Amino acid sequence: MAATTTSEEMSAFSDALAVLGAAIAAILGFYVTIYSTDAAMKFHGAVLGVGAVIGAIVVLNSLSSKGGERPYYHDGPIKFAAIAAVFWGIAGFLVGDIIAWQMAFPALNLDLPWTSFGRLRPLHTSAVIFAFGGNALLATSLYVVQRTTKARLFGRWSPWFVVFGYNIFIVIAGTGYVLGITQSKEYAEPEWYADLFLTIVWVYYLIVFGGTLLKRKEPHIYVANWFYLAFILTIAMLHIVNNLTLPVSLTEPKSYILFSGVQDAMTQWWYGHNAVGFFLTAGFLGMMYYFIPKRAERPVYSYRLSIVHFWSLIFLYIWAGPHHLHYTALPDWAQTLGMTFSIMLWMPSWGGMINGLMTLSGAWDKLRTDPVIRMMVVSVAFYGMSTFEGPLMSVKAVNSLSHYTDWTIGHVHSGALGWVGMISFGALYCLFPWLWKRKGLYSIHLVEWHFWISTVGILLYITAMWVSGILQGLMWRAYDELGFLKYSFVETVDAMHIPYIIRAGGGALFVIGALMMAYNLWRTARGDESIDLEDQPRVAAAPEIRATLAPAE
Amino acid sequence: MTYHTVAAFTQSLSLVLFFVLFIGVVIYALWPGNRQKFEHAARMPLDSDDHDPTLTRDTGGRN
Amino acid sequence: MLSKHGVFERNTWLLSIGILIVVAIGGIVEIVPLFYLKSTIEKVEGMRPYSPLELAGRDIYIREGCYVCHSQMIRSLRDEVERYGHYSLAAESMYDHPFQWGSKRTGPDLARVGGKYSNDWHKAHMTNPRSVVPESIMPAYPWLAQRKLDVANIGEKLKTQAAIGVPYSEDMITNAAADIAAQSNPDADGADAVKERYPKAIVANFDGKADEVTELDAMVAYLQVLGTLVDFTKFDAAGPNLR
Repeated sequence: MAATTTSEEMSAFSDALAVLGAAIAAILGFYVTIYSTDAAMKFHGAVLGVGAVIGAIVVLNSLSSKGGERPYYHDGPIKFAAIAAVFWGIAGFLVGDIIAWQMAFPALNLDLPWTSFGRLRPLHTSAVIFAFGGNALLATSLYVVQRTTKARLFGRWSPWFVVFGYNIFIVIAGTGYVLGITQSKEYAEPEWYADLFLTIVWVYYLIVFGGTLLKRKEPHIYVANWFYLAFILTIAMLHIVNNLTLPVSLTEPKSYILFSGVQDAMTQWWYGHNAVGFFLTAGFLGMMYYFIPKRAERPVYSYRLSIVHFWSLIFLYIWAGPHHLHYTALPDWAQTLGMTFSIMLWMPSWGGMINGLMTLSGAWDKLRTDPVIRMMVVSVAFYGMSTFEGPLMSVKAVNSLSHYTDWTIGHVHSGALGWVGMISFGALYCLFPWLWKRKGLYSIHLVEWHFWISTVGILLYITAMWVSGILQGLMWRAYDELGFLKYSFVETVDAMHIPYIIRAGGGALFVIGALMMAYNLWRTARGDESIDLEDQPRVAAAPEIRATLAPAE
Repeated sequence: MTYHTVAAFTQSLSLVLFFVLFIGVVIYALWPGNRQKFEHAARMPLDSDDHDPTLTRDTGGRN
Repeated sequence: MLSKHGVFERNTWLLSIGILIVVAIGGIVEIVPLFYLKSTIEKVEGMRPYSPLELAGRDIYIREGCYVCHSQMIRSLRDEVERYGHYSLAAESMYDHPFQWGSKRTGPDLARVGGKYSNDWHKAHMTNPRSVVPESIMPAYPWLAQRKLDVANIGEKLKTQAAIGVPYSEDMITNAAADIAAQSNPDADGADAVKERYPKAIVANFDGKADEVTELDAMVAYLQVLGTLVDFTKFDAAGPNLR
């Protein structure tokens, strides 16, 4: 392909900018390593510095290896994020299961700072939400935006910076928790310097995604992209406002959040609930709106419904935060607003569920023949279940029982394991053969096993948490015949023991399922001959070779 | 003008405003003239992506 | 007019601006009034900033992730008030940057744990929870008693808090390091000065070790002040505080 001079100049300019950016990041990183008074922060400086050096080497290396025809779509960063999603998924699920066992057997805390529950729990939540979920969203959003706009990703090195920088952030955040660096705001624990770095990465993400939309070759922006765009924009807003903080000094990790008490609580749960609403819901709805129609080879059930439920969902979700603060020192008017909007939120949520499920109408047989489809459809069913349970729990009377108990934990996990986990697994099972240009997955029967083992694991998890949560809530408020509280606190802890063991067992099944997936995807990417290609639908193959295969049936 | 009068006014106004906006979105979504457009949009993920669209439409490709 | 949504579907900038406006409204309505509605924070007597030792303890409480299992927010429900004490007021956390209300009670609420147990009990409990509560599932924190408290930047910490609105005086900031030493040693000369600067502060050798100030000293000092500051005999919930 004969390139014009301008485009060569452009790419040389991009290369130079990329190297310059990496150099600045490296200098900053090593500066922190030298001048910080805190050992953990020194380490984090080194992580940034080494990461930047690796980035610079990659860029410089590409200069010497010019030539060869470049594929139309830019899939390298997507492959990186897809692999990272699998890796962090297993790490995050595993840490989750370890802390689940710690709650049943406290000796497993090992009496060491780095392995105690209080430090590992943020590690688990961040690893599954931001590392696993975040990489799955990066991979799918960058894939979907290219395929539905027919345009190559905007930027030459920016997409690489987004996925690589995001994972550097994950490493800094995760190691920070273990070493005791946290600002204690749930799901926003990383300290100020990690937050600043994430902000830069996120702005680049917006530029890459929005830039691709701007240069699209289709007049219409497909609905999946609206959800991804809402997710990127809203998370930027939430992240910045909730992390407004003043560092004690620039050479140490400690900072104090700008807001205090009731204002800080409201800001935190405005953030916290919309991390659910926009990271774990809107983003993954974007995933649903592409991968379910694509895999089922049918258009989405109702495009009109998607318009109505998109605007209703993003408008209503942002108000729901105060339902985390019922009966607290938050003023009543705010609690009432939070409850009202949470209940209304049920409708647009179910709009999304109906749209996802009914896409299969007329092709329900695919549920039987294709476990990948089944995984995604069951995930939408879990979405429907948890978006019914959520409004229910936001009613003040119900919340007075459920809040502070394991019921909340169970609710979160029916959304996280059932909805976010399963839809991501489905998308990854689609993506790996498509990205690595294979005829299909290494084994579709292994997907079948993964589906059943994780479904059983999720059901064990949720039911155990219903039992322990409702039981503990009732025990806390139980009175004896003389009008005294019936149970001491520790008696209610003791009653949790068996449910905790069952929950940890369910979690272990989920981890085993994820390991099966990792093995399956690794064999797929490596290019091993599929062992059950005849049982896979035609759509399992990469688009480039789908046409060369014999027609289905 | 106290906080409460301002609050009562904006609350009523925004109730009306958002309700009208919502009805607008619903009417737009159900408007018969838009059917064709939506049906086309819904098929976007299903368009075949098995070949390089540059071969037919785009000439530059590099950026 | 009815085909206007098509603009959103075709224009990336408009779609982005539309999304931003729609998602900004809820936060503005719910968060901003909390900063200027005077009824948000009740009028109480007795609230003061944390003493330097208590603040250092609070930082350790945050570092160890205590907030993931312990709330500091007693809801206005009968059983909670009977179990833990008067329901929490917004005023009680007005100097908490960030708040520590928590979201889960794997362990009991700590909003009013101050004064409920002795320093010795806390020392035994932090070192091995099951030595005092056999059924407890709390992790042990033996390293707190072994680690010397890092006081090098305590003045800077107070200064930072002052910059974001916590009423620490010049006097408090200058004496921060000295107050740490004094609050953890009842025999020290500065003990009275600590009590004067920080009314109701408990001066004690919290960890039982006389020679050095450990992280356990700070942690116990923090736990012992929780919920003890507001004078509830002078608090009238039904009066001007009714909201």
